[in-house]
Amino acid sequence: MIAARKVLPSIAVIAFIILVWWAVVAATHSVVFPTPWQVVTGTVELARDGTLFEHIGASLFRVGVGFGLAVLIAVPLGLWMGWVKGAYVTLNPLFQILRPISPIAWIPIAILWFGVGNVSPIFLIFISSVFPMVVQTTVGVHTIEKRYLRAAANFGVSRATLFRQVVIPAVLPQVIIGMRIGLGVAWLVVVAAEMIALRSGLGYLIIDSRNAGNRYDLVIAGMIIIGLIGLLLDGLMRLLEGLKVVRWRYAH
Amino acid sequence: MPIDDTPAKITPAKISVDSIGKSFGTEQGTLHVLDNISLQVGDGEIVAIVGPSGCGKSTLMNIVAGFDRPDRGSVKVDGVEQLKPSSRGILISQAGSVFPWLTVQQNLMFGLNGRALDEKKQLADHYAEMVGLKGFEARYPHELSGGMLKRAELARALVVKPEILYMDEPFSALDALLHLRMRNELLRILEQERHTVVLITHDVEEAIHVANRVIVLSTRPTSIKATFDVPFAHPRKLSSAPVQELRAAILRELGVESYST
Repeated sequence: MIAARKVLPSIAVIAFIILVWWAVVAATHSVVFPTPWQVVTGTVELARDGTLFEHIGASLFRVGVGFGLAVLIAVPLGLWMGWVKGAYVTLNPLFQILRPISPIAWIPIAILWFGVGNVSPIFLIFISSVFPMVVQTTVGVHTIEKRYLRAAANFGVSRATLFRQVVIPAVLPQVIIGMRIGLGVAWLVVVAAEMIALRSGLGYLIIDSRNAGNRYDLVIAGMIIIGLIGLLLDGLMRLLEGLKVVRWRYAH
Repeated sequence: MPIDDTPAKITPAKISVDSIGKSFGTEQGTLHVLDNISLQVGDGEIVAIVGPSGCGKSTLMNIVAGFDRPDRGSVKVDGVEQLKPSSRGILISQAGSVFPWLTVQQNLMFGLNGRALDEKKQLADHYAEMVGLKGFEARYPHELSGGMLKRAELARALVVKPEILYMDEPFSALDALLHLRMRNELLRILEQERHTVVLITHDVEEAIHVANRVIVLSTRPTSIKATFDVPFAHPRKLSSAPVQELRAAILRELGVESYST
């Protein structure tokens, strides 16, 4: 009951927007802009012939590979930069310059280097999500409270124990925050990248639906599906925050 | 046979602090924190160091425990200069440092290097029971109360069998009742396990309750103002006249007149 009361207002807002949308389209007799019902039938049509799931699958695959690679590179790199001062001093300025460059700006270079296959969007996703995760992991190491490092020094534990039982678990909550940010950016970017370069994916679906006969019902269907999947991905990352090893961070 | 008369034999001090000084550079200039402090702590002795707040008690403790180096002078433990912290002397500070991401048992096993897992668990559980944490071994620190967290911290120190316990305002964050209870617990444990203890506190009553000797520090730059022996047998009755007299004398050294006699 309490859960229902919590989600009720947000459902009401969404319902209200759909109603207004419907009313405006009906009142203006627009032939291009679809009603909510047309969006639903358009989605069903795509789902029936299976192309919807192909597009979703293609986008998720690219995000999975690009984001996965970024995690594999960013977490060790961030730990290293956080722990070794020389590494931080050397690499941080470079990352601070690269970080504010929009992933969209990389599109021409991606096409030049990798053509219009799967590699380009994977590269763009990698580029977009690797920097926030490096930065967040580094910050995580830098913000480990001194008292814990002192305690570890006091007990004279080995370097392996220090990393396994102090540094890594202390940084893990920040790594997960970085992953949430990284995956969010990755999902934004996959759609943008697919709009330009490819023959599959949700971004391609949106642009292709517009180009091939002004199917705005499918444009909006694509947008809504992107939003819902983004919400789902963020929910998955939130599940990580509930893991036992990081729950201490969110207690109190 | 020649008579062995090396200084180490003549003064069998566990900890020997020899005229140390420490300054810090700040934006306002040099801050002289410690000025020529010398003191000795005997093996198995419990020494309390009291002083006004901000007098550099923690700086002194950091140097004695090996976390910081003095500008002048030296700290020796068993005649060997203390250059870095070691598990022979464990520091327990006010803020506490029980790892929040490890369970109580994992925390207790943390410092036990190079032993079989079974043996580690056994030792951890033994000390968890000693400090009254039996049944809480699988809990995480955020599931414990402040007093229990202190017990976990104490147990984690005891389990590595340190020769010295460095305690820097260990119970100051606790309420008065818990504070008293933890002091009694500490005394009970020190009866079972022999440790040399250096206790830093601003609480004169705590010092008299626990220590064999109380050292009073001055304000900055800090030096030793006076030393008092605490000749009373345990359990100490804090309200007794001689104890109150000693308390008044120590407070007087700290610049506070006490009228409660």
